[in-house]
Amino acid sequence: MSKVIRIKRGLNIPLKGEAEKILQTPSRAKEYAVKPTDFHGLFPKMMLEEGERVKAGTPLFYDKYNEDVVFTAPVSGTYTRLVRGAKRRILEVRIEPDEADDHIDFGAADPASISREEIIDKLLKSGLWPAIRQRPYSIIASREDKPRDIFISAFNSAPLAPDLDFVINGSEGDFQKGLDVLSHLTDGEVHLGIDAESTTSEAFTRAKGVRVHRFKGPHPAGNVGIQIHHIRPVNKGDIVWYLDVQHVVTIGRLFETGIYDSRKVVALTGSEVENPRYYRVHAGVRLDNIAGNNVLQEEGVTPRFISGDALTGEKISANGFIGFYDSQATVIPEGDKPELIGWLIPNMQRFSVSRTWPSFLMPWKKYRLDTNIRSGERPFVITGLYEKYLPMDILPMQLLKAIMINDIDMMENLGIYEVAPEDFALCEFVCPSKIEIQSVIRDGLDNIQKEFA
Amino acid sequence: MKALHNLIEKKVKPHFEQDGKLSKFYRTFEAFETFLFVQGNVTTRGSHIRDAMEMKRTMFHVLIALIPALLFGMWNVGYQHYQAIGMDVDFIDQFLFGLYRVLPIIIVTYASGLLVEFLFATIRNHEVNEGFLVTGMLLPLIVPVTIPLWMVALATVFAVIIGKEVFGGTGMNILNPALLARAFLFFAYPAQFSGDEIWIYAQVHAPEQLVDGFSGATSLAVLAAGNLESMPSVMEMFLGTIPGSIGETSTLAILLGAFVLVATGVGSLRIMLSVVAGGLFMGLLFNLFAVNEFMEVPAYYHLIMGGFAFGTVYMATDPVSASQTGTGKYIYGFLIGVITLLIRVVNPAFPEGMMLAILFMNVFAPLIDHYVVRANVKRRLKRVKPAEA
Repeated sequence: MSKVIRIKRGLNIPLKGEAEKILQTPSRAKEYAVKPTDFHGLFPKMMLEEGERVKAGTPLFYDKYNEDVVFTAPVSGTYTRLVRGAKRRILEVRIEPDEADDHIDFGAADPASISREEIIDKLLKSGLWPAIRQRPYSIIASREDKPRDIFISAFNSAPLAPDLDFVINGSEGDFQKGLDVLSHLTDGEVHLGIDAESTTSEAFTRAKGVRVHRFKGPHPAGNVGIQIHHIRPVNKGDIVWYLDVQHVVTIGRLFETGIYDSRKVVALTGSEVENPRYYRVHAGVRLDNIAGNNVLQEEGVTPRFISGDALTGEKISANGFIGFYDSQATVIPEGDKPELIGWLIPNMQRFSVSRTWPSFLMPWKKYRLDTNIRSGERPFVITGLYEKYLPMDILPMQLLKAIMINDIDMMENLGIYEVAPEDFALCEFVCPSKIEIQSVIRDGLDNIQKEFA
Repeated sequence: MKALHNLIEKKVKPHFEQDGKLSKFYRTFEAFETFLFVQGNVTTRGSHIRDAMEMKRTMFHVLIALIPALLFGMWNVGYQHYQAIGMDVDFIDQFLFGLYRVLPIIIVTYASGLLVEFLFATIRNHEVNEGFLVTGMLLPLIVPVTIPLWMVALATVFAVIIGKEVFGGTGMNILNPALLARAFLFFAYPAQFSGDEIWIYAQVHAPEQLVDGFSGATSLAVLAAGNLESMPSVMEMFLGTIPGSIGETSTLAILLGAFVLVATGVGSLRIMLSVVAGGLFMGLLFNLFAVNEFMEVPAYYHLIMGGFAFGTVYMATDPVSASQTGTGKYIYGFLIGVITLLIRVVNPAFPEGMMLAILFMNVFAPLIDHYVVRANVKRRLKRVKPAEA
């Protein structure tokens, strides 16, 4: 077997509320939604009127700058409401499901017997194309590009992240089918990153037609960006694509059955969840469908609902919707209470990588962390800290400073093409100056993209 | 606690807010409020959870690390004074004498420095940064106890404005503000800051009481003058019962502080070790090619004389003015050690070299970083070629 790639730098944040390995299938939710905000840089143009009936796979909207890329309904029902935010930005396209379970037939196909163009057309029409994202920029891939390689991470190392070994259980065939489809999209290779120790599912360890790489180490070892960096880094001019495991399964099912079957497994996690476990739901499910009666009620504690993990997820309401790329929902307490001299008093409930807090004495302890920022934003002061949480040959602070002064050359030289906000999430977590590092990285990517547009 | 917070929120805060009478002082109010309470502000974007570490706690731990040097310094002020006038008093009296002389210096430093900090925070409308908490304690420890208080105030204001605020405040400065203040005093008022008659309180304020033939010279001055016989013993230099700036004399107390900094991870062990390595390297080199008595002094003497230990632990490690890259820190520290000894031994004009060496390397730290970054860029570019071949 291939050698193990050791990731030494990083951190597993010890949060309470890991999902128990129990899979439940709740009944149909009251609402589902597709959120254009899940897709960075998207400018949605609606294709339907409110009140129209949709089937699973019916196009809802498309990207104004990329008309081929359509976004389809995950379930059959009625498109009931368009929710807009500030500046009339479209936030949610809501669908009320019906009993019919109608779906559009895109036609089953054997990827080996149809052309690359036909494969891409099928992915685009079914609304599954947005599952394929690219580096650089961490945005939806473009059909005009031919990626150097395609990368899939088969383990998720984020805080409380779902165990993909458990998630893939029962979908092994579809996963392999999905891999077969993807291998026709690139002249390079499809790389699958697995955890050297915890990955046991043969769907991953014995995946065919791909190259399997074994990783070992703390978060962010499971981030595809870190894996790309260690397998074959992205240099200027390179384009690589990447997908989530569950989307590979969905693509496999599309080619197997011809329909867009959006079902996926979502882990409900976090300290405020009574019984954290896994749920099989359709994409875009409303959170109360799985979290409704499962959130702890405590006097004076407001829960924060997150679609995704606590480092990179999106804040949603109790009736919000799970994002397109998310396989996890996290519920943690809001930290909206002031704390008397809280910066000084030793507190066993606080977690820190700094040894000025007692948490380093209790490595076994799991924490119920809240959302308090702890301080106002400060300039960079402490050095040598971010490096410990970014396992790449990249100088994080220098890259961040280059972005802040919008020095395009320097950004390129320091590796902006390799990174995505999620890779810097740990740096943001540990930052004692409380700088919003993920936003800085996203700004940098946007600026570079604009520069070469 | 809740009642107190409500009181502040409802009764006090409105005066400082936009339409309040004291709205000009909002930043000052905010500084005290955030000192008293960690606010209930929650994350809005990016990571939902944050590490409990922040600037106040970081700076506070540097202050804790300074306590041994401070307490020892206070005692030593009294000890040196009573030695100089030939009086035998007990430990408590020695300490109280020092406390009484040192406390005003600390108070004046904080008062004048914070005044300027608050002023700039108000003018620039940003939160008051915590950096001065440390600067304000460092400065009193690196001046002789005989310093007039007005000079303390002047130097502090100079340090905060010229050392920090002109560059944009904490985190943006090039030089270590406390050292800059020390250098300012050294060059602006040479009479009060060099020579053998400034280190002990009695020399300036009660010269008539001095014991006959008393010399208050520092060990470095003694060495530079070539009086090897009157050197203090190694143990005295290590413990710090010698004349010098208030907090710099005791290597033992400073080592305690270094332990706090390294154990908590607040101070860079990398820099401390490389400064020591640089100093030892240069000292041994001098020993090898010794042509005078100063060059023959055992290399490790330099670590326990003058401001070497203090500079190594508290000054060179200032993350803002030091090198910011890992490799850069080794080079930066090593060169501080080397240059300190060069100035001490080779340059007859300055008996002590630590301050100048650190300031000099502060200026060069960005250059060192530049080359480290260039090396990273080159390595990254190289990657492309084998991939294409």
